[in-house]
Amino acid sequence: MATDTTTHEAEHGMSNAGYVRIALILAAITALEVSTYYIDFGPFFMPALMIMMVVKFLMVVSYFMHLKFDNRLFSWLFYAGLILAITVYVIALSTFKFFVA
Amino acid sequence: MSADTAAHHTSTGLSNVKLGMWLFLGSECLLFGGLISTYMLYRGRVGEGPTPSQVFDIPFTSVSSFVLLMSSLTMVLAVSAAHKNDDRNMRLWLSVTGLLGATFVGGQVYEFTAFYNEGMGFTTSLFSSSFFVLTGFHGVHVTVGIIMLMSLVGILKRSKVPGSKAETVEMIGLYWHFVDVVWIIIFTLVYLIPG
Amino acid sequence: MAIIERPTTAVSELQVAAPAVPSTALGALKRPVTTTGWRAWLFTVDHKKLGIMYSAAALFFFVVGGLEAVLIRLQLAAPNGKVLNADLYNQMFTMHATTMVFLFVMPMAAGLANYFVPLQIGARDVAFPRINAFGFWAFLFGGIFLNLAWFLGGAADGGWFMYAPNSGPVFSPSHGVDFWALGLQITGIASLTGSINLIVTILNMRAPGMKLMRMPIFTWMQLVVQFLLVFAVPVITVALFLLSFQRNFGATFFNVEAGADPLLWQHLFWIFGHPEVYILILPSFGVISEVLPVFSRKPLFGYPFVVFSGAAIGFVGWGVWAHHMFASGLGPVSVAVFSVATMAIAVPTGVKIVNWTMTLWGGKLVFTVAMKYAVALIVLFTIGGLSGVTHSVAPSDTQQTDTYYIVAHFHYVLFGGAIFGLFSGFYYWWPKVFGKMLSEKIGNWSFWLMVFGMNLTFGPMHILGLQGQPRRMYVWTEARAGEGFFNLGFWNTVASIGSLILSLGVLLFLINIVVTTRKGQVAPLDPWNARSLEWMTSNPPKEHNFDSIPTISHLDEFFHRKYKENENGEMVQVATAEEIVAELEKNADAHIHMPSPSYWPIILALGLPVTAFGVIYSIPLAVVGGVIILLGMYGWALEPSTAPDDDVDPPASSSKEVAHVG
Repeated sequence: MATDTTTHEAEHGMSNAGYVRIALILAAITALEVSTYYIDFGPFFMPALMIMMVVKFLMVVSYFMHLKFDNRLFSWLFYAGLILAITVYVIALSTFKFFVA
Repeated sequence: MSADTAAHHTSTGLSNVKLGMWLFLGSECLLFGGLISTYMLYRGRVGEGPTPSQVFDIPFTSVSSFVLLMSSLTMVLAVSAAHKNDDRNMRLWLSVTGLLGATFVGGQVYEFTAFYNEGMGFTTSLFSSSFFVLTGFHGVHVTVGIIMLMSLVGILKRSKVPGSKAETVEMIGLYWHFVDVVWIIIFTLVYLIPG
Repeated sequence: MAIIERPTTAVSELQVAAPAVPSTALGALKRPVTTTGWRAWLFTVDHKKLGIMYSAAALFFFVVGGLEAVLIRLQLAAPNGKVLNADLYNQMFTMHATTMVFLFVMPMAAGLANYFVPLQIGARDVAFPRINAFGFWAFLFGGIFLNLAWFLGGAADGGWFMYAPNSGPVFSPSHGVDFWALGLQITGIASLTGSINLIVTILNMRAPGMKLMRMPIFTWMQLVVQFLLVFAVPVITVALFLLSFQRNFGATFFNVEAGADPLLWQHLFWIFGHPEVYILILPSFGVISEVLPVFSRKPLFGYPFVVFSGAAIGFVGWGVWAHHMFASGLGPVSVAVFSVATMAIAVPTGVKIVNWTMTLWGGKLVFTVAMKYAVALIVLFTIGGLSGVTHSVAPSDTQQTDTYYIVAHFHYVLFGGAIFGLFSGFYYWWPKVFGKMLSEKIGNWSFWLMVFGMNLTFGPMHILGLQGQPRRMYVWTEARAGEGFFNLGFWNTVASIGSLILSLGVLLFLINIVVTTRKGQVAPLDPWNARSLEWMTSNPPKEHNFDSIPTISHLDEFFHRKYKENENGEMVQVATAEEIVAELEKNADAHIHMPSPSYWPIILALGLPVTAFGVIYSIPLAVVGGVIILLGMYGWALEPSTAPDDDVDPPASSSKEVAHVG
């Protein structure tokens, strides 16, 4: 089992300290997100929130879920589902004129 | 002779279970996408009932969200401990993750009860129905995750799990992070972006 | 039975690390070990047994769905039909379609996939054998659950696409729609788990040398189908939940008075529904891609094109769903976009038709019954595809939609396409599964009656549609039939006669099964001189499929083991199937590791209909169902995929034997 762990450490590129760092960044972004409730971002409100949401999403998926370090196939399988979902549902919502002012 | 699941003799060299789990998560994107889309379509249709801004308590939900986010950290620490064969810390971090998850669910229950008392029930309006279905499905997913976590802790204590510990913990971890990631989307689209 | 393991291409699901405890689940149940008798079937995790059970159940539902269709045609055979009243008629066409789509074609394809995909890729089972078993039982219980509504207040009556709010509690007050929605949730779980299983199997459990581009087309098409399933099933899951919440808990998701938009249902349903029709047809495309080369004595023409067009169909199929909604008020922009996308999807399908035709061209054609069905598919599916192309043109579809012209279209592609492909598979693979040849004589009669009957039934429906007969019309009168001899009434009568001839053809097939089972001709290992790996086995294949896992060096590997190029560049036979299989047997693996049977799949599956009953009738019962599910999951999780040796009652002879089929 010892060889097992070394292989794993070699494959898994993050140490516990690294994970904590990611968590702190995520917490900071969350604080920034919540601040939009209190501070008027003006025209940056929507883009800022969307960008932060996407960044947090990608960070959890890439680092906590390890997708960045794992075989490409896993990414393909997951992102295929994600992009398919976004595409069909955005198209469906479009037919309801959801994105029209 | 122990069968090492990490180095599978599979055509891709990848674990069957891990492949299966990522496929499942890919399919869950379609599930939650449908629920989110339904909510986005109906969020403004409040009928006689309260509007989102009238009931949402952003500070409270922010704390809940933070709790769930941190549970992803503790989950990752549990996986890390499992890979290092550190049973004690693995069980510790799994339990903390479960606890944080339960805190989140508790917060949801409190929040929903408050909404109900403020006149927003499941059938009050299209907004309320789609809100409760979306967050309810998410909450059920979290609860199932908590059950899996605590079951794993219980099973590991009695060393009964048939299989590689590290992989099982990692798989539950993937599920847990996904549930967290869905909440990242819900928190922004439902709570922070007003209708 | 299970012996010392050494790494094989077999299952790796939660392997035993170092079990110090016997696998008695929850301290109570010793796991089953029998390999004979009914218990061997009830607790099996063997993909071949599961494949047979899937197919048998599917055939049963085919007969049920067929009877429902015949009743519809009897009602419409003459004016003022009295066979079915309007309410029963609604239930009949709803259940006919639901049964055919969800309880016949899909599980039949699953049965063939279950049986043959592992064999075709040189594996000994699927990736998750217990999940496989669970999927079968979930499908069976879901299908039975769905049909119980007939006896409990009336079956679902909102049409197979169950448009809301018509399917809501106000307009569909009986429990029928609840049984429908919950039944489909259960079968949906079966489809979802099955799809994950098969994708992992195909990606991860191929024999050495079995590169993706050396896999048989049947396996390739199944791979595409599983991807369609894994992403499409969750969408209808959402729709079904919303409908159930409206019907059972008072939500207003589809109530216009509450401000809802009924189109929400339509989008959710058809985002699933369109990939669904490719799920229905691609397996049959896969079957004939096997059959045509064998009976043309030629390799499949343009293998890479057939593969990529299949993938393209799967991909583009996600972008066309609203062509089912052209008349729903989407607006011109949406309609135009989906119209163009729908035209595009005809292209990859056309590519396949060309490749199949070129396979036939110049071949030494042998018209066995299997071959006849395969060729018939090409012709009949093309006819259905042509009417499909007319639907893609939104203005003409606006006239055609909701008429019998559409009914004609989809019956040509589904009966002439999907079902004929499955029948081709029956005749082709029967010898391998059951060791007997289906009678070609009865088969020929059955085939021609089915072809003639099918065309006589659905051909006139094109005319009926253009004459203005709407779908779901429960009765017609002489006045409504219009003027002239060849009016609505005439063609309805013709179609009904056709349906009886078609039924006779199907009946002959069932008779063929009975006759073959009783006194059928025993089949050799390779009766058709086939090309792919599933034929490189005994009849039927042993429980572990291959005595030794072959190493693959070609597409059509089995063919290339029988035939080699001589000095003149001609392919000459160098070995028979029997010799090749004997060779594999001689080099049999000393230890073969097979997954063990289990109680948990069927127990877990049982929890699903119990929960569903509870949702309809009594919440405490739903809780009971939930508890069964929870206990089932715990029992399952605590049980290793393969029983350690000490769990098995010692056999009479030495325990160090290669596993044998009971």
